[in-house]
Amino acid sequence: MFKILQYSFYDLVRSRWSYVYFFFYLVLGFALLFLNSSVSKSVITLMNIIIVLTPMIGTIFGVMYFYSAREFTELLLAQPIKRSTIFLGQYLGIALSLTLSLVLGLGVPFMIYGVFQSSEIWNFGLLLVSGSFLTFIFVAIASNIALMHENKIKGFGYAIFIWLFMAVIYDGLFLISLVVFDEYPLDKFSLIATMLNPIDLSRILILLKLDISALLGYTGAVFQKFFGTNTGLFASIGILMVWTGIPIFFIKKISSKKDF
Amino acid sequence: MIEITNLHKRFGKVQVLEGISLEIKGGGIFAILGPNGSGKTTLIKSILGMVIPQSGTILIENKPIKDQWEYRNNLNYLPQIAQFPENLTVEELIGMIKNLRGQTANDKELIELFGLAPFMDKKLGNLSGGTKQKVNLVLAFMFNCPLIILDEPTTGLDPVSLINLKGLINKEKEAGKTILITTHIMDFVDTMADEIVFLLEGKIYFKGTVAELKKKSTQNDLEHAIATILTEKNV
Amino acid sequence: MRQLLFAAAIFLCANTPINSAFGNTLEVCSTCKITTITEAIAKASPGDTLLVKSGFYQEGEIVINKPLVLIGVDKPIIDGESKAGILVISADSIVIKGLIIQNVGVSYTKDYAAIHLSRCNYFTIEDNELRNVFFGILVEKSHFGIIHNNKVSSNATKEYSSGNGVHIWHSDNMTVTNNHLSNLRDGIYFEFVDESHIANNISTNNLRYGLHFMFSNNDTYYDNEFINNGAGVAVMFSKFIGMKRNRFYKNWGTASFGLLLKEIYDAEIEDNIFEENTIAINVEGSTRINYKNNNFIRNGWAVKIRGGCYANIFANNNFIDNSFDVSYNSKMNDNSFNNNYWSDYTGYDLDKDGIGDVPYRPVKLFSYIVNQTPETIVLLRSLFIDILNFSEKVSPVFTPDDLVDATPKMKVIQ
Repeated sequence: MFKILQYSFYDLVRSRWSYVYFFFYLVLGFALLFLNSSVSKSVITLMNIIIVLTPMIGTIFGVMYFYSAREFTELLLAQPIKRSTIFLGQYLGIALSLTLSLVLGLGVPFMIYGVFQSSEIWNFGLLLVSGSFLTFIFVAIASNIALMHENKIKGFGYAIFIWLFMAVIYDGLFLISLVVFDEYPLDKFSLIATMLNPIDLSRILILLKLDISALLGYTGAVFQKFFGTNTGLFASIGILMVWTGIPIFFIKKISSKKDF
Repeated sequence: MIEITNLHKRFGKVQVLEGISLEIKGGGIFAILGPNGSGKTTLIKSILGMVIPQSGTILIENKPIKDQWEYRNNLNYLPQIAQFPENLTVEELIGMIKNLRGQTANDKELIELFGLAPFMDKKLGNLSGGTKQKVNLVLAFMFNCPLIILDEPTTGLDPVSLINLKGLINKEKEAGKTILITTHIMDFVDTMADEIVFLLEGKIYFKGTVAELKKKSTQNDLEHAIATILTEKNV
Repeated sequence: MRQLLFAAAIFLCANTPINSAFGNTLEVCSTCKITTITEAIAKASPGDTLLVKSGFYQEGEIVINKPLVLIGVDKPIIDGESKAGILVISADSIVIKGLIIQNVGVSYTKDYAAIHLSRCNYFTIEDNELRNVFFGILVEKSHFGIIHNNKVSSNATKEYSSGNGVHIWHSDNMTVTNNHLSNLRDGIYFEFVDESHIANNISTNNLRYGLHFMFSNNDTYYDNEFINNGAGVAVMFSKFIGMKRNRFYKNWGTASFGLLLKEIYDAEIEDNIFEENTIAINVEGSTRINYKNNNFIRNGWAVKIRGGCYANIFANNNFIDNSFDVSYNSKMNDNSFNNNYWSDYTGYDLDKDGIGDVPYRPVKLFSYIVNQTPETIVLLRSLFIDILNFSEKVSPVFTPDDLVDATPKMKVIQ
């Protein structure tokens, strides 16, 4: 698997888009730090961007790569290599190269501006961990869609829809249910609804670590009580792992039945 | 060598293979023929494990290939349409496949044979169809395996390369290997093939030598023999 | 009463009461004839000056019932050993200066204080340091008092077992200036206090409020700083309060605010700076209040209007980088917003007169929803919310449509 991962990774690292993505974060990091001049404020702004962007880029790149690497895949399929190895290798190659762009692109400017000496190091770390998880999750989901649909346009459409659903529509439904069931105690519901969407979960995890959590008021206190504890943190990371694991499992399952 | 029993494959509503049973003993050149859409490529891909049949078994060296991958160490495959990752150079591609297989390869010899040396540092995306096919051939012949599967090997080749290819195939045959070929060039089959498997609508319509086929269709020319089979079928 | 006023007038004229023209001076120290403050007070006549020399005096419930001047020389320490109150004063024309008073007893039934003044007029409490107090300076039913340059601190952890730094009840004409108040329940507490001035104080790290007004009218507080309190300032059930040039900073917590206004009328809020408060100003049932030239910077909510607010004017304020500029919980609006600078404003100024050509709507849809269903705040900073706010901005449906700043400034008002 490592060899496949290596080749996919090199293939991507050499492609123009990885550089664009990397330089985007690099410029973003420097620009934010230059404008805000404080690491902590930059972290808040970055959160908004990461929460929206990493899933979207993960989705688009994931679908694009799996479609464009079809020849490579067919070439590999005729070689004495296990199927799951091929697909998991490709998946990890793309997820890792995107994560690397994110971590290096943001890491370099923040390192230069002294994030290691700053108390924000943990928040910044959490930001990168969430961003990486979101990348892994959405690349995996996109891979599944690309595997299930031969038609590129269709696959692309479904992938974008899934992203749109998770990033926007889900929160809309969440909001509507909160407003409609106003009369009932909603703490548990909010907590569960947040946990079920990795984008919301990452957003809340980061929000709670920042000063801005005070705005969350009473509801925030309930969340803080849960996420603030070790159990809460481990539960969240566990859920993010499940979110990563399930689509990966399906990559394995779908790819083992697919004809080429 | 290869033993196929009652193989069925359906893509959606289209039944491509309808109960194919076929035994190919080791050694010799076997041509798989049939009109477009008769299931040639599907049959080959089933043997390679790229297509997963709904039912039926395929044994290679008496072992079922379902969910297996190690057996592919002992076969070489030339895909029908030569498509490669466009970002890689020829050299990197050959290096990668060698690296993945970890077997000794006589790629140098083949590169010389097909005159690919000037193209080694070119990206695959920039190569012409014929050159790509030559790269494809290098990949298919560079390992020493008892089973060689060639899907339309003659596509896009110039006459010199075609002669080289025939030479290569004959050399492998003399080395006692089993070679499966699909092609539409009947002349190629006439001169090369030891045995013919004729597929029609997902079934084996005929299996035997070229001479037997000619005799059956009372035609002296293979092309006409096949045309006769097809028209008879349609009538 | 006339005599008292006369005496007080003379007192106030004499800037240095130590060399007061009338009255004797008694010294207190461990090697003096008089070794305790209680003894000195017993021996003193009205109008005398007590010089308390540097030392440690373990005395509590020191009752002063005649006009005296009590001056600490080189910071003597009076320690109440956490038993009860320390100075208990019930006389006019008192001066308390230069003392360190510490360890006041905590009681759930009695208001023990470091300095307790009851029915005292013309007093001056100056340059003292009050440490580990329950109440610091407690004033009841008094007139014309000066509390200046004192430092009051405690280590309050629970509201019910802590007291206020400067607590004034049923009094008028008080001046509270240049004091430092920290780690108390309320830094300064006014209840039924009229015609009084609060200026240049720093109130910080208090459990409840930095400054608290109840039922007090015609007062002013200028140039104070309220930093990191449970809430900066609460003004309730009061009229004609002037609030100017104060700084409300980092009153940050789940239920914190810089300034709480409840049932108040006719106030002037000008030139204040509200920075990094959860809610900069929380307003409920307040009428005819002018908010002018204030700076609202990086607060959660800059102005949260909870209803019953009429005829308020917000003009020439800066609203910079707040999560929510203005929050309303109804569609009704009787307040006006003019000439403010809003950092979220995205309009243009074609005629270059410094005023945006498109009106600004300071109430975002999300802030309206959060008001209706507080739990929805968990969606803070979700992409969906940005889209929602944008669509409401384009065509308002839920937020009050007359709540606009028709003349938003293009640049920060200096």
